[in-house]
Amino acid sequence: MTSLRLYGRYVAVSLRSQMQYPGAFIATSIGAFAATVVDFVALWALFARFRQIEGWRFHEIALFYGVVSVAFAIADTLTRGFDIFGPQFVKTGDFDRLLVRPRTTVLQLLGYEFRATRIGRLAQGMVAWAVGMQLASVDWGWSAWATLLFAVAGGVALFSGILILQATLAFWTVESLEIANTLTYGGIEAAQYPLDIYVRWFRNFLTFVVPLGCVTYFPVAAALGRAERTGVPEWLLSLTPVSGFLFLAASLWVWGFGVRHYTSTGS
Amino acid sequence: MNTALRPYQAVFRARFSLLMQYRAAALAGFGTQCWWGAIKIMVLAAFFRGAGATPMTLRQAIDYIWLAQALLTLLPWSVDPDVARMVRSGDVGYDRLRPLDTYGFWYARAVARRTATPLLRAIPMVLTAGLLLPLLGLSEWALSPPAGWNAALLFAVSLVLVVALAAAVSTLMEIITVAALSERGVNMIMGGVVIVFSGNLIPLPLLPDWLQPFLQLQPFAGLLDTPLRIYSGLFSGSDAVIALGRQALWVMVLAAIGRAAMARVMARLQAQGG
Repeated sequence: MTSLRLYGRYVAVSLRSQMQYPGAFIATSIGAFAATVVDFVALWALFARFRQIEGWRFHEIALFYGVVSVAFAIADTLTRGFDIFGPQFVKTGDFDRLLVRPRTTVLQLLGYEFRATRIGRLAQGMVAWAVGMQLASVDWGWSAWATLLFAVAGGVALFSGILILQATLAFWTVESLEIANTLTYGGIEAAQYPLDIYVRWFRNFLTFVVPLGCVTYFPVAAALGRAERTGVPEWLLSLTPVSGFLFLAASLWVWGFGVRHYTSTGS
Repeated sequence: MNTALRPYQAVFRARFSLLMQYRAAALAGFGTQCWWGAIKIMVLAAFFRGAGATPMTLRQAIDYIWLAQALLTLLPWSVDPDVARMVRSGDVGYDRLRPLDTYGFWYARAVARRTATPLLRAIPMVLTAGLLLPLLGLSEWALSPPAGWNAALLFAVSLVLVVALAAAVSTLMEIITVAALSERGVNMIMGGVVIVFSGNLIPLPLLPDWLQPFLQLQPFAGLLDTPLRIYSGLFSGSDAVIALGRQALWVMVLAAIGRAAMARVMARLQAQGG
């Protein structure tokens, strides 16, 4: 319990320091919002031209996009410490200091920064989500809501896992490799469309290796009442976000392995 | 060789060989671009299935995506980080002390940036999309050859103009950075504008028909869309020549604006000391 209290303190301190420059905070948040608007321009243009994508309509894609964006925005807010782990901790040798403190490295890195400016991306995801829900002729009961929120929770876990894996790589490469961007930003791009439009190997990759489909496609299709498109029994669809948590658990295990093999750069 | 040009050639050569050092980054970038290209093509192919008449075929759209990925680093979507650092530290003042035309100096540096990195990225990308994919039996998804010998020739001319235009836009962005003292605002705005209006985000021919006249007149089409339309035969004959003319015109207009803006900004330049 003390860990949770400590984390709360970390967040409070981080927020207070970010609010020292309110102008910069607002400008960066608006910038984050504007940068993601480009994604939406692409969606709009493609649907203006083609009307539908293999039987899926605009509002359905908007909901896919909203769910995956909200999940990524939350994960990105929480895991800033892992995101810049290579240059900020390994290269400088600052990770040594984390190791001598009587708290876990994961907690300290989560507390490194609560990146509130990501509210821009979050807001954009929520707009898309609202548009998707509004235009769909579905009765949004509690079970649909529960499915969507569980999908977001699984998505946050999955994206956090990806960023932790990226940080773990830095134990060996020192520099941060931006290869994880293919899975985070590239993942949003891929997961905003239903998995059934992709070729089989890519579909399997997004289901079994990096289960982005399990935190968007399967649960959202269930919530939209389009379970028939997935070829998976309906009861299973709402449970698939569990794989996001499994991915996170695996990432944390790999992280522990990396920490044990850490040698300080000595700088 | 004209001796007046020699210093600018030296700037270009020094910068070019510096940028050629980043091979590991190029490899990582190459992987990323293949991945993005593949996702974009799969999504577009799904949109094309079941579509009626389209302004370009799927074949042309696939070529467009691969070439857009190959030429990604040609796009002037962010200020050279080295220039941004110089502006912050005040080192930008040194450039005023050189016995050179500052605009020419900066332009040469920008040309180097818009040739070295793209060369490292484009060659493996074109080889992979154009040769490796057909060998793997994926010709359906591969980059196909240009629409003909004429198209190939005009495409090459257009690429030269792309470099000239990209360097003019880059230099203008750097001058704005000097005036604003920070590159963040410029990057934030230009990133989105360039991605959308060059055709990198979505091939411009697929945007709504009522927008097409405007899309052809704006300068950013000349950064990507023009050569790619020529490559796949969407522009041919006099259309292609007119498009090349538009590219050249924008190079001249933006260079003239850049030169005038630089004179104004540099006249007011204050070194903060420290």
